[in-house]
Amino acid sequence: MLRVAGLSSAYGRVHALRGVTLEVESGEIVALLGSNGAGKTTLLRAISGVQPIKGGQVHFEGAAIERERPHRRVARGLIQVPEGRQVFAPLSVEDNLRLGAYRRRVVNGIEPLERVYSIFPVLREKRHSPAASLSGGQQQMLAVGRAMMAGPRLLLLDEPSMGLAPIIVEQIFSVLVELNKQGVTILLVEQNANAALQIATRAYVLETGEITLSGTGRELLGDDRVRAAYLGL
Amino acid sequence: MAEFLQFTSSGLTVGAVYALVALGFTLIFNASGVVNFAQGEFVMLGGMGTVFAAAAGVPLPLAALLAVALAVVAGLLLDGLAIRPARQAGPIVLIIITIGAALVIRGLAQVFFDKEFHKLPGFSGDASIHIGGAAVLPQTFWVLAGTLAIFSGMWWFMTRTMTGKALRATAANRLAAELVGIDTRLVTTLAFAVSAGIGAVAGILITPITLTNYDIGTMLALKAFVASVLGGMGNPIGAVVGGLLLGLLEAFAAGYLSSSYKDAAAIVVLLLVLFAMPSGLFGSKSVERV
Repeated sequence: MLRVAGLSSAYGRVHALRGVTLEVESGEIVALLGSNGAGKTTLLRAISGVQPIKGGQVHFEGAAIERERPHRRVARGLIQVPEGRQVFAPLSVEDNLRLGAYRRRVVNGIEPLERVYSIFPVLREKRHSPAASLSGGQQQMLAVGRAMMAGPRLLLLDEPSMGLAPIIVEQIFSVLVELNKQGVTILLVEQNANAALQIATRAYVLETGEITLSGTGRELLGDDRVRAAYLGL
Repeated sequence: MAEFLQFTSSGLTVGAVYALVALGFTLIFNASGVVNFAQGEFVMLGGMGTVFAAAAGVPLPLAALLAVALAVVAGLLLDGLAIRPARQAGPIVLIIITIGAALVIRGLAQVFFDKEFHKLPGFSGDASIHIGGAAVLPQTFWVLAGTLAIFSGMWWFMTRTMTGKALRATAANRLAAELVGIDTRLVTTLAFAVSAGIGAVAGILITPITLTNYDIGTMLALKAFVASVLGGMGNPIGAVVGGLLLGLLEAFAAGYLSSSYKDAAAIVVLLLVLFAMPSGLFGSKSVERV
């Protein structure tokens, strides 16, 4: 479904990605592990088209998209939940959700909204409040809900567990598993390697801009290097 | 008392124009982070365009429409030729680009129009109405009503339409806007077009009272900048309130002190606001874009 080949990107003269190659097959949950500054966020942003690239290819469902502008990629169903939530703080919760469906005006009916509200009832309660008034966990729910509104085929998530209470993390992850069962493919960037590997079919490890390890979730959970570096065992 | 009413009415009239220019300022700033010092030139193009189209025999309402179209084209060109290619540049570079663009527009106006002052007839005649001893031009009410109409229209657009919400979303968080599929480049273009149109309308409304020539844009852009800073940069309500307050302040300074202090009032306000409350009357937290 997603094929990234030899992707490189730089901030000025600092190389953030050095020829990253990875694949996500339809129906998978793929985890991308790595420490701070490894280039995980840069990689997701490059895939979404909001980070300039120096070289390499990105194919989505057979189409070369590395030259496409971000809104075109969204229209294809390549949707990202960015790091740090990035909700539209002054806009109401419901407007945030409706903007999630911005590229799908035709189907911008009541149904997807109701679906998000039934999964995250707290968002319905606060639907007229500005997004800024939500707690961190609620904002993460809003960010996930906003992405659901877009009708994702491939969902990219950048550290959805960051700074959240374990119970909220559990809730978000169970929603991801549920979405996956309904046919949404997922590429999940996480520092919380344990939680990510529990639900992942496969995983990659990114270190200083390069993929250094890959395998099934179970294989990586058992790998000594992963256990030492990312699971703290 | 009559004096006070007189100053108030002229202050509100001028203030309404500052408010409209500041509103255009805010729109572009929110959509793109650009402080557009060519905003005053749109006002000039509105007034001068109408004057010259009317002089060429075009009926006044149509002439006004043509002038608005001219300003919108200028706004689109400014965005497409000067701002978009420099998208990666810092705010200071972008400000200098807009100042350069203002000089170009002014220069072209000098060549294609002329260097004289021009007047348009008041929409409802030029005979003053006497209210409580103050002589008020009927055009004053056109200016105030026009400002109210534009502000209401903007408010409706921003809060009730998906495109308006996309614009606010882009202002709030450009990255997230791109990630939900908003074409932020198009949003910026739209902001320049609408902003230019608003400026042109302001120019058409005010020309029967204050006259116009090729050179009025500079001072207007400066005043509108002060109004925006006073109201809180990026806040549309702040822009309007700031504009009206600045207009009143100038009128009182000119009336009760001396008319030579009129322009100084704006600069003093700017300094005081920057010293005492840099985020302005309606400003949110701190301005992150400048």
